[in-house]
Amino acid sequence: MRRPREGSGRRRELMALPMSLYAALFVGVSLLYVIGLSLFTRGDGFAAQPPLTMGNYGRIASPLYLRSLLQSLRLAFWTALLCLGIGYPFAYFMAKSRPRARTWMMMLLIVPFWTNALIRIYGWKILLSASGPVNAALQFLGLVQRPLKLLYTDGAVLVGMVYAMIPFMVLPVYSNVERMDWSMVEASRDLGASPLSAFLTVTVPMTLPGILAGLVLTFIPSIGLFFLSDLLGGSNTMLWGNMVHNELLKSRDLPFAAALSVVLLALTGLVILLYRRAGGKTENMVF
Amino acid sequence: MKKNSRWASLYMALVLLLLYLPILVVVLFSFNANPGRTANFQFEGFSLQWYEDLFDPAAGYGAALSSSLVLAFWSVLLSAVIGTLGAIGLTRRRARKGLLARAGASALSAGEHLAMLPIMIPEIILAIALMALFSAIRLPFGMVTLVLSHVAFCVPYIYITVKGRLATLDPALEEAARDLGASPAKVLWTVTLPLAVPAIVSGCLLAFAMSMDDFVISFFVNGPQTTTLPLKVYSSVKVGVPPHVNALCSVMLAAAFLLVALGQLVSSGSLRRRRRAPVSG
Repeated sequence: MRRPREGSGRRRELMALPMSLYAALFVGVSLLYVIGLSLFTRGDGFAAQPPLTMGNYGRIASPLYLRSLLQSLRLAFWTALLCLGIGYPFAYFMAKSRPRARTWMMMLLIVPFWTNALIRIYGWKILLSASGPVNAALQFLGLVQRPLKLLYTDGAVLVGMVYAMIPFMVLPVYSNVERMDWSMVEASRDLGASPLSAFLTVTVPMTLPGILAGLVLTFIPSIGLFFLSDLLGGSNTMLWGNMVHNELLKSRDLPFAAALSVVLLALTGLVILLYRRAGGKTENMVF
Repeated sequence: MKKNSRWASLYMALVLLLLYLPILVVVLFSFNANPGRTANFQFEGFSLQWYEDLFDPAAGYGAALSSSLVLAFWSVLLSAVIGTLGAIGLTRRRARKGLLARAGASALSAGEHLAMLPIMIPEIILAIALMALFSAIRLPFGMVTLVLSHVAFCVPYIYITVKGRLATLDPALEEAARDLGASPAKVLWTVTLPLAVPAIVSGCLLAFAMSMDDFVISFFVNGPQTTTLPLKVYSSVKVGVPPHVNALCSVMLAAAFLLVALGQLVSSGSLRRRRRAPVSG
């Protein structure tokens, strides 16, 4: 009885072949192609040509690009941190709600996330505009005399970014808190810990996998979302994603755009590596 | 475990309110009679004019909707097949003996990791990679390049949901079918696949939403004739703010709410059926 089943197991693995081949071609080969392109010189039109050069990377090491990189990383950092600050309590309370309320909460959280990201960002554009509701409310309350410039600022980009990313913090933390062993918290309370110290020394360490996954999931996409800073940011908000976008579609410099994305890819790899080092699992990153 | 305090409920309500504020504003302004384009967002009375504008063929919204739907249909169909097969093939793998078998197994693992990359790296990287690849092999940009790209990021969603479901299945079910004389293909068709259907459906719904929503990747690999809805929204919002965008957005929002409600209804209905099953049977 053993032999045929092992044989069928092997044949069964072959069913994964289409997926592996598809990924090898459209993910593996295309990413390798981009890495290769980044080492070429700009050709006529939208092309790359020899000689091989490291010049594209040399150009990235200039103040203009380093400043953009720093700006992107700072924004991604604050996005991840604010998502944690706002999303953690939300996920925590949600996990402690009654099952029925929990289902509702989950649905209410997911629905905006199912609607187009551009629409939600567009809603912020209306809200923050000079004659929009936020300014109208501030003026009505007498807090400001003239409309504040809220739109087209770095603050607006941060608001939009946190807004777009917050479900990616809430979901991993929620699934972590939900599966948590509450008797540990009760034990620490019985042993005399205050609610705060029980939270900090028991709950937080136990939900660390969710926190780490949430930080990575909010940090990585924040570096590359070019349309957000395009719609909400000012003319001097140049994030890394905008740089790639501009080089590709405005300057049409394929090798240089490739080099910019290789840097982004390396950064992503570094973040995932740090995440794995800190004990994070890849499974926690997807739902 | 203690229940939430009133402050906790207040906090959750506040966060949800903030989450819905931009959406409510879009819906509200879709009924605004004020035709103000760029900077003027004052509300000046009720109007349905912008909804009428949507049906004007010259505006191109119908064409954008149909290319979005065609794109989502083919992407979900192809990735459902690829992702489900992948999940079935890679769940509960046995350790291999022998050099060749082990090499094959690690190649499959590498393939699995590669297939998951599209949802782990920033979208713009995959977008430029695919754009460069398509222009290198001289594939004309259009529906074909869009579908090929969308399948790349739809497969992970289906693979993960289906694999998660298969991992929880009792292996004894398949073994029993085998012991009763069913061929491996028959076991797959009559036991494994039917049990995986709920996961396949929810994976497809997720992939459909992602495909309909995708802007970044479509932006780089679309052709002149294939403007999808998100691309249309972007170009409208970028140029100024024509008020019928509000109407378009409201319609898209309503469709998303309807889909989610439908999904909720289906899943709660199936839950109830499953709970009732042991009693009646």
